[in-house]
Amino acid sequence: MISIKNLKAGIEDKEILRGFNLEVKPGEVHAIMGPNGSGKSTLASVLAGKEDYNVTEGTVIFNEKDLLEMSAEDRAREGLFLAFQYPVEIPGVSNINFLKTALAEIRNYKGLPPLEAKDFLKLVKEKQAMVELQGSLANRSVNEGFSGGEKKRNEIFQMAMLEPTLAILDETDSGLDIDALRIVANGVNQLRNKERSFIVITHYQRLLDYIVPDFVHVMYNGQIVKSGPKELALELEEKGYDWIKKEMETAV
Amino acid sequence: MSDILEEVTSSEYKYGFTTDIEMDTAPMGLSEDIVRFISLKKNEPAWMLECRLKAYKKWLTMEEPRHWAHISYPKIDFQNIIYYAAPKAKKELASLDEVDPELLRTFEKLGISLEEQKRLTGVQSNIAVDAVIDSVSVKTTFKETLAEKGIIFCSFSEAVQEHPELIKKYMGSVVPHTDNFYAALNAAVFTDGSFCYIPKGVRCPMELSTYFRINASGTGQFERTLIVADEGSYVSYLEGCTAPMRDENQLHAAVVEIIAHKNAEVKYSTVQNWYPGDKEGKGGIFNFVTKRGICLEDNAKISWTQVETGSAVTWKYPSVILKGNNSVGEFYSVAVTNNHQQADTGTKMIHLGNNTRSTIISKGISAGFSNNSYRGLVRVSKGAKNARNFSQCDSLLMGDKCGAHTFPYIEIKDKSAIVEHEATTSKIGEDQLFYCKQRGIDTEKAIALIVNGYCKEVFNQLPMEFAVEAQKLLAVSLEGSVG
Repeated sequence: MISIKNLKAGIEDKEILRGFNLEVKPGEVHAIMGPNGSGKSTLASVLAGKEDYNVTEGTVIFNEKDLLEMSAEDRAREGLFLAFQYPVEIPGVSNINFLKTALAEIRNYKGLPPLEAKDFLKLVKEKQAMVELQGSLANRSVNEGFSGGEKKRNEIFQMAMLEPTLAILDETDSGLDIDALRIVANGVNQLRNKERSFIVITHYQRLLDYIVPDFVHVMYNGQIVKSGPKELALELEEKGYDWIKKEMETAV
Repeated sequence: MSDILEEVTSSEYKYGFTTDIEMDTAPMGLSEDIVRFISLKKNEPAWMLECRLKAYKKWLTMEEPRHWAHISYPKIDFQNIIYYAAPKAKKELASLDEVDPELLRTFEKLGISLEEQKRLTGVQSNIAVDAVIDSVSVKTTFKETLAEKGIIFCSFSEAVQEHPELIKKYMGSVVPHTDNFYAALNAAVFTDGSFCYIPKGVRCPMELSTYFRINASGTGQFERTLIVADEGSYVSYLEGCTAPMRDENQLHAAVVEIIAHKNAEVKYSTVQNWYPGDKEGKGGIFNFVTKRGICLEDNAKISWTQVETGSAVTWKYPSVILKGNNSVGEFYSVAVTNNHQQADTGTKMIHLGNNTRSTIISKGISAGFSNNSYRGLVRVSKGAKNARNFSQCDSLLMGDKCGAHTFPYIEIKDKSAIVEHEATTSKIGEDQLFYCKQRGIDTEKAIALIVNGYCKEVFNQLPMEFAVEAQKLLAVSLEGSVG
């Protein structure tokens, strides 16, 4: 699915990713945890193609293609989806119109015609139910006036509509109460299948009670410093990140 | 990021072409003789000539307003302008077939083929077109259909000949020749325009439309539009403008007057894309327009909707005088400036009657090196009870070399008034663009999507066909080389 090797990237002169390695196979769910400032969100932005970041070294192969050579929109069209930590508002553009445009672009890239209006609306209805998003939200402007929980649900709704092969969830659990968290996780779980992979970036273990990962990685200083099965998340919850930091320091 | 915006926003004007038709022009410059020449050319009655001469004499005493608006441009030499240019060999035309085919092709390039309009009569596009090329109305379509309802829709010159009582009664009643420098100039030298009268209780069954186009080199266009909606009538009027590419600046000073009687409603929509000059700011139209409507009696309503993407310099404030009780004035505007364009535009809402209401929604978009100003006045006179106004002025900046300014003036002389004003300034964010791209939408489409979303409240006010055209115009104005 995606193979990240020795990835180094940063903003201006500041290096944030310092030789990041990760291999994700189809159908796998990888959780990336770590303290604030360890480079988790930078990783998400770099993979999605945000222009503010400079990649200085390393390779990323996505579906057998060189991801770093692709524009942000082509990465999306190839099936990479980023659920944003802070989804932006686009006043005056309805959710429906936005998704219709996005879906048509992605289908066009694959050589497919846009969906018929009837089929599109049917799809909207079906996917909305998945994240318990009210019908009226689909007709409102993209994220405008949405509560924090609605914005995150809307991200998962978009993901369901666009059917990516690799979804990166950037702190999707932040700012969610327990009910919203359950709804979001439930949506993600319904989208899990043998072909679709997930990279779940989170600060807290609690999301992983609902989205159970195959692997847990701990990120620190722009690198993965520890990997393990899902139980690693529990250990982190118990001991905090200081334990990792100390371990790193003594190793140096 | 700024590179992309620069590339996207530096597009060339797509409507630059010149029609080669024999012109019948006045000598260059302005004098009493030229005013007489125009009047004579148009075979006008003596009273009309008198009106012109009065205005000309007033104009001589007035000073060009140069200081208060947030625009700057070289001094205009009014003796270096041709004030009359008409397509030659004019005769009465019985049908469209007799119109110079060259002219028809011009319209086709503009996308408003008269033939198509005619073919579509009563099917889908119910628009009657009064086409004005360089000051003279060439052909008015649908006139007969409208006449059955008693609606008069013709060129201004024709109205002077055939409906002198209406012209005498209403011309200059909203914008007198003493109003301002350009209104005086227009009253002296105007060459043509449109006249529209909707009789009592008649709902005009189709959109009425005028297409203005400046063609001859070095000519100014001074058209005059007069719309009278009698008691209980309704009309939706569309005005569209384009001008071919020219190196020297061309002057345009129009006057539009609207009179709405008791229970009448007039909706006036403009899409203007006159030549804005090239990327370096050379050439382009100077657009100094006075547009004003009056809700003369109770329960009248006047609504201005404008989408302005053209002209090098725009100076324009469509206004409503709310004289009748319970009358309503509305102003919906999208003004786009790019490259070196300058716009100082807005509205005036003058509340005189009781329970009058006005709404102002203004959306400015600035790109390139342009300057875009909103200037608006809300005035509530003493004794005008329970007046209400809501104003919303938003500015959108693209790139960091352009400017957006808001100058709201509020004069309230009656305590019962409720006036609200909201203003925002935003930039097309890198974050918004990235969000769109991450969903598979490229930069060009993303900008169109975001800008159209931003203008939605105004586009919603436009008739369907115009809304589509306006969206396309925005795309042409702001996009271009990318993709």
